[in-house]
Amino acid sequence: MSVHITSPQFKQNAREALADQPLQKALAKVGPGFIGKRAAAAEKLPEFEALRDSARDIKNHTLAHLDLYMERFEEKARAAGGHVHFAVDAAEARNIILGICRDLGAKTVTKGKSMISEEIGLNDHLEANGIQPVETDLGEYLIQIRGEGPSHIIAPAIHLNKEQVEADFRRVHADLPPERNLSEPTALLAEARGKLREKFLAADVGITGANFLVAETGTSIIVTNEGNGDLTQTLPKAHIVLASIEKLVPTLEDVSQLLRVLARSATGQEMSVYTTFSTGPRRAEDPDGPGDYHVVILDNGRSGMLAGQLREMLRCIRCGACMNHCPVYHAVGGHAYGWVYPGPMGSVLTPSLIGVEKGRNLPNASTFCGRCEEVCPVRIPLPKLMRHWREKEFERHLMPATQRTGLAVWSFLARRGWLYRPMTRMAMAMLALVGKSKGRFSKLPLAGGWTQYRDFPAPEGDTFQAQWAARKNVR
Amino acid sequence: MTSSRDVLFASIRTALGVSGAEAPRRQAVADRISGHPRGVIPARAELPPAGQIALFKEMVEAAAATLVHLPDASAVPAAIAAYLRARNLPLSILRGADARLANLPWQSEPALDVWIGPSDGRQLAGLSHAFGGIAESGTVVMLSGPDNPSTLNLLPDHHLVVVNAADVTGTYEEVWDRIRTLYGPGTLPRTVNWITGPSRSADIEQTLLLGAHGPRSLHVLLVGDA
Ligand code: SF4
Repeated sequence: MSVHITSPQFKQNAREALADQPLQKALAKVGPGFIGKRAAAAEKLPEFEALRDSARDIKNHTLAHLDLYMERFEEKARAAGGHVHFAVDAAEARNIILGICRDLGAKTVTKGKSMISEEIGLNDHLEANGIQPVETDLGEYLIQIRGEGPSHIIAPAIHLNKEQVEADFRRVHADLPPERNLSEPTALLAEARGKLREKFLAADVGITGANFLVAETGTSIIVTNEGNGDLTQTLPKAHIVLASIEKLVPTLEDVSQLLRVLARSATGQEMSVYTTFSTGPRRAEDPDGPGDYHVVILDNGRSGMLAGQLREMLRCIRCGACMNHCPVYHAVGGHAYGWVYPGPMGSVLTPSLIGVEKGRNLPNASTFCGRCEEVCPVRIPLPKLMRHWREKEFERHLMPATQRTGLAVWSFLARRGWLYRPMTRMAMAMLALVGKSKGRFSKLPLAGGWTQYRDFPAPEGDTFQAQWAARKNVR
Repeated sequence: MTSSRDVLFASIRTALGVSGAEAPRRQAVADRISGHPRGVIPARAELPPAGQIALFKEMVEAAAATLVHLPDASAVPAAIAAYLRARNLPLSILRGADARLANLPWQSEPALDVWIGPSDGRQLAGLSHAFGGIAESGTVVMLSGPDNPSTLNLLPDHHLVVVNAADVTGTYEEVWDRIRTLYGPGTLPRTVNWITGPSRSADIEQTLLLGAHGPRSLHVLLVGDA
């Protein structure tokens, strides 16, 4: 089965999120925490902006040669004793992984954090087939025991408060003494550490995502702060890596460039605590490590994005900076976006992956303030790509009739300057007259979508074009 | 029947408008892999050796790890015992068979129990020898191998790491070149762990806490001069 999608009801989701007190309390901490830390880390490294250019260029080069780097990765990973599988869509990836688990007679699998696993609904599929998946990233564990999806790509439980976590632990860890004190985050962390330690040691298979795949050496890389993904892949009989096609990078030098911007953009760290490079299974004389190593490379709609403007989105290294700096995300949180990927990157990626019909509301969930693009380490022009989807939406006749007619009238006029100028001048003068007393409108015909939540500023009385012409004459 | 592999490669090539056989593209990829250009290197990582050591120490501590600088390797067993005593831990440590650790003068600390092998999660303290240290970010680089179990890096509560000052480099790139010299081009050991400080999580209300799943403490024993 696949993940339940509520993106088409974005407006309703957003309304509910705004009224959700505990959520609003949790969201209030997002901006202040992440924004300052990223800024400080960028400040400390004079080469940070040059590294962002370098990161963008590496990704562009890789995407333009993606078929060839993928061939090289496959060859090197196999030479190291690994298995490489290709999955066109989510169902195929789920079945490949289920097959590997069954061949090994697996009963429980531990999992490192993987957004692609969320994307393909892997946990439900394993569970439905009698295999128990255990999320080991603390945030993922919290949402798993609550039966929720992630609300942020690097901090999946950012929507929760510690009181909620305490209540969940008391419910799920029922074997522990009820009188124990769990009021502090340290106590909660210690309890999770103890519970998950047992799972790490008992698991038959470990499944992780990959932050990068290195073509030069056939290596998969995961980056964690907890060490959970690293334990997940080291202790069991087999390590399965689930990665999408755009994770490829050419060389170890290239990945070092990307790692220099990843943690700084994400959490403001100089480097994440654990960066683990895995190449093949345990070697002949090795005292530990997994006996089997599989890499499942997933397309699920991404190859199509290579053809046009959306190729730029495939540069994304999933740092989360765009949502950390997004006023819309700060207001409504990640669940309102209705699928796996929230915030600005989700607004671009979701319609690409689940279709514009279901994801069409998301590119509109933007104030076009441009902060996401300012902080994106691989310089993805997120506002431009959201606009691309808005245009697509218009072309595909998916907009409500009033918006369509309005835009059609505007474009008719705009292409006929002799008509546009006098008409807009007249309209501005009228609006200025009517709105004069307050300087803004709280209601406007045909603009209810705007004025329902904010006032429309009244114009000063002349159009931009008329003012421009007047100023030109002055100069 | 076409395989998923064929479908996937074909759809990438269609989207890119290529066949995959174009010689200039193949050459560009081969050149990049063999030349592995370095890109932008931070100036802070290009200090002379003494500066690198000072920066390494500073960055290790900034990442919430602890560090002692010892004159030479013979001081390591005593430094380990001192670390364990200061924290009221049992005088017992698990290490890999690595000759650089085996050759330490363990007899100088008769009270210290030293075990050899991979960790099964029951040991409080583990000892490893790093392949290198990276000054730029205070990172230690661990390579897996017959004498260097990866589990020692992750399971014990306290991870103690010996780093030779001579193996501290400014950048990640210098470490890759050293590994290429040792293992050959395009080849890595099964696991390379970069470790920068002890395990942590900020998943509960963004409160940063040490000791999530990996070691709660990381202690670097820096040995000798650059
Ligand atoms: S779009 Fe850019 S800022 Fe957002 S997650 Fe991706 S890389 Fe980070």
